[in-house]
Amino acid sequence: MANLKDLKNRISSVKSTRKITKAMQMVAAAKLRRAQDAAEAARPYADRMADVVNGLAASVAGSETAPKLLAGSGSDQTHLLVVMTAERGLCGGFNSSIVKAARVRAAKLLDEGKTVKILTVGKKGREQLRRDLSAHLVGHVDLSEIKRVGYENAADISKQVFGMFDAGEFDVATIFYNRFESVISQIPTPQQIIPAEVPEAETPKSETLYEYEPSEEAILEDLLPRSVTTQIFTALLENAASEQGARMSAMDNATRNAGDMIDRLTIQYNRSRQAAITKELIEIISGAEAL
Amino acid sequence: MADMMQFDLVSPERKLASVQARAVQIPAASGDLTAMPDHAPLITTLRPGVLVVDGADGETRFAVTGGFAEITPGATSVLAERAYPMGPEGRDALQALLDETRAKAASAQGNDRDALNKTADDLAQTISTMA
Repeated sequence: MANLKDLKNRISSVKSTRKITKAMQMVAAAKLRRAQDAAEAARPYADRMADVVNGLAASVAGSETAPKLLAGSGSDQTHLLVVMTAERGLCGGFNSSIVKAARVRAAKLLDEGKTVKILTVGKKGREQLRRDLSAHLVGHVDLSEIKRVGYENAADISKQVFGMFDAGEFDVATIFYNRFESVISQIPTPQQIIPAEVPEAETPKSETLYEYEPSEEAILEDLLPRSVTTQIFTALLENAASEQGARMSAMDNATRNAGDMIDRLTIQYNRSRQAAITKELIEIISGAEAL
Repeated sequence: MADMMQFDLVSPERKLASVQARAVQIPAASGDLTAMPDHAPLITTLRPGVLVVDGADGETRFAVTGGFAEITPGATSVLAERAYPMGPEGRDALQALLDETRAKAASAQGNDRDALNKTADDLAQTISTMA
């Protein structure tokens, strides 16, 4: 049986662990609120942008003059996977679920004989992918110095992606991120950003016929890069909210587990102490009887 | 109210304005235009410039760069990549952007260079009105 001193140390160490996880949970909760607000604030822009670009894309798609970002490069041999993860751990399955989704996709593409290139955003994803897909890693974006993701960060990532696209280094780009569903559920989501996905030709929602100035193609040419950047920005924000949500629930679990453990250890401690007392009493009594 | 329309100004990070407006002057790519209620539906790209909103409580000005405006008879929305209310903060941000654009223009060639120079001139003009 573990002696009393050991048990006491154990209990106090678990207690301080519980304090830490509790603090982390509360910090995550506060950050989550901020991240959710940011995601909320970015939604009107992203939605409008998507509406207009989809409308334009549907009318331009298939025409000879369609921009390359929409029409693609005419092949789908080389795929770029942009894997967006967190810079920090201790957030449950958040990073692993994204990496897993990316890994499954990479394996599928490799099976089909395609070339896979991976751009990682966030340290954790890079660490995990380096183990088995290190040959495919082509770049890394470090966001560890950034407290709050801004549009500029998304612009930096998209600039890098466009640079590679213009140089013909890939044909199809897909981003992987966690969509924020709720605090307990974040869904790893792959989203194709280049070439832009056009929703199946549907009847336009509104009957408004817009005039375009300058031409539809020129506007589309200007808007498509912005739309890609916006999608990356949205993904970054969703990811930030998901990360905090995941961390919050992971830390909540950890706090609860620590509590359970303390209870168990305390019972064990009390029993051992009682046993020790009883033993001493027996010794005294038997000693007295022997006289 | 037939003489008012909904006006929204959004940037990727936040919504800057959502008000009723009588008229909105927009720095469109091919020249300034003023949208009033019952304007024909129009989508146009923006150049860097000053957006003037004539709203219920007077005139409001914003400096915008990049993006597009969507005009319908009942509403006007401007989606700007960057948008700042008038003031020293916005001016500093634009100044930084101007320096960056100038640097890029110096190393660009042909059409890109012309386009960048044009953007830089527009920016410089916008900044001068913000003083």
